[in-house]
Amino acid sequence: MNAPEPAPEVTTRSGADDAVVRLRDARLAFGDRALWSGLDLGVAPGEYLAVLGSNGTGKTSFLRVLLGLLPLTSGTVRVNGTRPRAAAARVGYVPQQRGFPARTPLRARDLVAQGVDGHRWGIRLHPRRVHRTVDELLERVGATDYADAPVGVLSGGEQQRLRVAQALAADPTLVLCDEALLSLDLHHQHVVSELVHEQRERSGCAVVFVTHDVNPIIEHVDRILYLANGSFRIGTPDQVLRSDVLSELYGTRIEVLRSNGRILVAGRPDSSHHTDSPEELIP
Amino acid sequence: MSLAAIDWNSLFGSVFVFDNYGELLSLLRNSVWAGAVLGLVGGLVGTFVMMRDLAFSVHGIAELSFAGAAAALLIGADVVTGSLVGSVLAALIMGFMGLRAREGNSFVGVLMPFGLGLGILFLSLYEGRSSNKFSLLTGQIVSVSSLQLTSMIVLSVVVLATLLVVWRPLTFASTDPLVAQARGLPMRSLAIVFMVVLGISVAMSVQIVGALLVLALLITPAAAAMNLTSSPARTVVLSVVFAELAMVGGILLALGGNVPISPYVTTISFAVWLVSRCVRAVRERSSSYRRTTTPRSTTTLGTGGAVQNRTRTAAGSTLSEAGSGPSRSPSP
Repeated sequence: MNAPEPAPEVTTRSGADDAVVRLRDARLAFGDRALWSGLDLGVAPGEYLAVLGSNGTGKTSFLRVLLGLLPLTSGTVRVNGTRPRAAAARVGYVPQQRGFPARTPLRARDLVAQGVDGHRWGIRLHPRRVHRTVDELLERVGATDYADAPVGVLSGGEQQRLRVAQALAADPTLVLCDEALLSLDLHHQHVVSELVHEQRERSGCAVVFVTHDVNPIIEHVDRILYLANGSFRIGTPDQVLRSDVLSELYGTRIEVLRSNGRILVAGRPDSSHHTDSPEELIP
Repeated sequence: MSLAAIDWNSLFGSVFVFDNYGELLSLLRNSVWAGAVLGLVGGLVGTFVMMRDLAFSVHGIAELSFAGAAAALLIGADVVTGSLVGSVLAALIMGFMGLRAREGNSFVGVLMPFGLGLGILFLSLYEGRSSNKFSLLTGQIVSVSSLQLTSMIVLSVVVLATLLVVWRPLTFASTDPLVAQARGLPMRSLAIVFMVVLGISVAMSVQIVGALLVLALLITPAAAAMNLTSSPARTVVLSVVFAELAMVGGILLALGGNVPISPYVTTISFAVWLVSRCVRAVRERSSSYRRTTTPRSTTTLGTGGAVQNRTRTAAGSTLSEAGSGPSRSPSP
């Protein structure tokens, strides 16, 4: 992106064309079942959007659309003003934590290095330059201590720090997080969430964070896209995470509870995958 | 005792023969070079085979390569071309059937016996020299013609050049497919390109070590290397060194005798792996691979400890206590 970017206006509904993500009348359906339709959304530079909803509401599909891995059924999607596939080089992606096979021949630094130049053809011609960049990235996420450890022996929290570093390597205008805090302990949820937030402050990139639990990131979130029942609500956390709004969205009585600064949604019927418990910790 | 009738000296003598060794060596120079070329290709390709978890596919491709070679033998065509056609075809089919270990494995399992059966059919119809038949499965008694060597060098140049071009994306796609895909890498094309490279490498290996023993060249050295290091660069170097050791070493040992080279190659290969496995076990015991993990505090955040415990259990997004809030309404 060579065009100068205007200062991020976090709270606007971003009608301007500088939007990092722009969806117009977007619809995604599998067969007859529409996950969502009529979705108009712009994400401004520096904006932090949380995508919430139960399983099967199309949260992850939403990310796959932004990554260009899944075509919309109808409507248009633009990332950095272009097709998502063409924009992929400037999109940082932080996946859900998954273990690596024990003998994966990668050290922590190699995982990050793949974020730096893993997509380029040929072999690495300037190993020293890449090494330096990787060192900086490791430093930034506080992973220097285990830079040379095999990825197979790292804890979930350590891996997710590396994932953030790897995503930052693209100098992204957009960071996409897919349940990036799942299966982390509270401490690492906080650490990783802060790292993502810091990057946004620092570079003015937009963040789209798909999660089932908004609490670890709630203090950073500007807007929420809440998906349910083939429909959705968009707005600030205070506009969306309300009993009346979610009740209307779900078509049944929903209670949004706030306790000790944490938000709980109770009474939510799960649209496709059922959990056994009578309640769910939000969303 | 009748068992004692085995003459250990003569047995040993037929396995390790070094009479007129210098003369043989110059006569069979081609074979040594072929082994060196093959070691290089096998060591390099093997690391990707391991990263992509394709060991079983290698075996499947080898069986179809064998079928191709047997068919060529039967119709009087060039055996090398036959095995090449068979293995590249097999590799492409596997590549297009969407190969990422899991769903691929059953498909390979279906394809492999079919290929082997075809090969056996062709061989039984063939009326030429029987030593030709056997060598396709278990490797040959060293004799590589200049023509064969030239074709191997050409093929290996193709393999190496292709690998150099796709090196970084292929490594990324093989070790971290999800993020590589998100980053916009052409996963499918990379998979297909690699399968072609793999098919060529297998066809080359089948000529020397035989269809049944290709894994000793394409898996074992890389597996041994991965036991010793997790640095990608060092893994590649070690894998090539081990493959060279097995191939060139095996050929040098096999030169004088009348035993095929494959047992030498597979034995050296296995011995190297065994040593590497022991080294790894010792290292893991002395826990040189483990780091002191950073102490984790779980009490620094938020306020209420009870709430914290809740989120802890909420990793699966559920709260367990039923009585602590409004209960879930049935879906309308």
